Amino acid sequence: MKKYIIKRIIYMLITMLIITAATFFLMHSIPGDPLSYMARNLPEQTRENYYATYGLDKPVFEQFIIFMKNLLTEGSLGESLRYPGRSITDTILQNSRVSVVPGGLALIFGLIIGIILGIIAALKKNKWPDYVVMFIAIVGITVPVFILASLFQYVFAVRLQILPTQGWGQPENIILPAVVMSFGTIATYARYVKSNMLDVMGQDYILTAEAKGVSRFNVIKKHVLRNAFLPCITLLGGQISGIFTGSFVVEKIFGIPGLGFYYISSINDRDYTMIIGTTIFAAGLFILAQLIIDIAYSLLDPRIRVQ
Amino acid sequence: MTAENKRNEAMMPDIPDEKFTIIGIDENAGEVLARKRISYWQDAWRRFRENKIALVAAVILIVMIFFIIFGPMISGYEFEEIDNTAINQGPSAKHWFGTDNLGRDLFARVWQAGRVSLIIGLVGAFVASIVGSIYGGIAAYFGGVVDDIMMRIVEILLSVPYLLIVILISVITDSKSLGTMLVALTLTGWCGIARIVRGQMLQLKSQEFVLAANALGVSPIRIILKHMIPNTMSLIIVAITFDIPGYIFSEAFLSYVGLGIQAPQTSWGALCAAAQQNFMFYPYQLLFPGIMIALTMLSFTLLGDGLRDALDPKQRK
Repeated sequence: MKKYIIKRIIYMLITMLIITAATFFLMHSIPGDPLSYMARNLPEQTRENYYATYGLDKPVFEQFIIFMKNLLTEGSLGESLRYPGRSITDTILQNSRVSVVPGGLALIFGLIIGIILGIIAALKKNKWPDYVVMFIAIVGITVPVFILASLFQYVFAVRLQILPTQGWGQPENIILPAVVMSFGTIATYARYVKSNMLDVMGQDYILTAEAKGVSRFNVIKKHVLRNAFLPCITLLGGQISGIFTGSFVVEKIFGIPGLGFYYISSINDRDYTMIIGTTIFAAGLFILAQLIIDIAYSLLDPRIRVQ
Repeated sequence: MTAENKRNEAMMPDIPDEKFTIIGIDENAGEVLARKRISYWQDAWRRFRENKIALVAAVILIVMIFFIIFGPMISGYEFEEIDNTAINQGPSAKHWFGTDNLGRDLFARVWQAGRVSLIIGLVGAFVASIVGSIYGGIAAYFGGVVDDIMMRIVEILLSVPYLLIVILISVITDSKSLGTMLVALTLTGWCGIARIVRGQMLQLKSQEFVLAANALGVSPIRIILKHMIPNTMSLIIVAITFDIPGYIFSEAFLSYVGLGIQAPQTSWGALCAAAQQNFMFYPYQLLFPGIMIALTMLSFTLLGDGLRDALDPKQRK
């Protein structure tokens, strides 16, 4: 077990290094350089100073070494090009704190509803509750989130006028985006829980439990649910890291100043250092969450450990 | 004589023995096939036909493809034709889906956009599946260290959120055209299929019929062509069907964020993004492209479900 965890952590570090390097070098391979647009009208000397401030006058490889050194020793991802003086690490932390609120609510809400719907669908297989749940799940997966968001905005903010369309700071601003974001989670988990439960219900140990005379309620509670829930943990990694990065589109539509919103605007601004920083942050978080989930899963399920 | 025998005799009419003759039996009669032999694909089609939902999805897709090909001509308007006298009109007999903020006919635009979206979906899925199949096939064929290294690369690529890579590549290539966008979308899109193909190939390699073919002296190329590929085909087809909506969605997302197709070309995602700004006043502008995206994704998903059941009866529960 210890060996497995150490191996996974080493792989994670290698992956992180590769992704950081790839992001950095790819972003610096763009024709022209990050500053060429902003520095185009500057006199020669000013331009040189300008480049020197950002360390862009050095060879790319040296820049990467400096970047890695700052990242590892100070946790610093550099400075925004578009907004001079703004630390990227601080910006990311600040914005992800905003993203966590609606994202976290959406995840909790989506998990609860999704699991309940999945259980209902599995227990009432091929009856109308199953069809209703599967319909919701398919809608949740196939309707793009920006359409759902607009639809919810239109119904609740424009027609019914009970919730604000956009904005941030008031509790009622969180409701719509959280509900919209939770749809994907609901759909994913409803489908996953259902198929897991059906899998488990076909196992021999369930037949044994039934043959012994265990009541249906206890079979479901103690044998089916416990075994059906375990694999659901594997999906959590992506979902949890998604909370911090926020939903690009939903944040844009509802005007939430979270990390997703900021990422999109830094792309539109071509704020290169900011793009590099956010990409590395999001990828790192994703990989870290995946690792924690995998370790937790192997701790919880002894069957995985054997393999 | 017992009483029972007597009763039997009484019930049976008197038939003389010479009435019975031996007509013989054809030894091969048991080997004759009573029904026509059906191939794997005929069998799959028979199963698919029974799945009404998948059939409806297929019909919807065919209708949509018809309109995507001929729709821009039917409308009678060019998709980029600006008409200042007809701005932001609702659906009417003249403009079936209404017009946008430049007075362009939305019926023509929606189908024109569908071309871009569908091309990206289809080409993306095919390119990704071909690359993935070859990659997975090579990894499974060579095995050992080669397999380890190749699969480690896939794992690293898969451990980065997909949309992040797509965004990054779009920024780097400054993707504005169909080609660069396809590159961005498929750069890591093939990883999933590579895994599926490798898994299936490894499983096939250890099966008895491949062992038998090997023992009979069939050449490796023939084994690959006759046994490995046909048995992997169904998985690849299903994976393509599920991948197409994924690419359409990713393209829509990219265009929505502003990294996708640029004017005058348009796609469903770009139409949605443009409509979003006036959504409060002209909801129908978002409605039509939105419905198209949802309907296409839904149809491909249901079609994929149907194909999976039809092509691989083992998987069906």
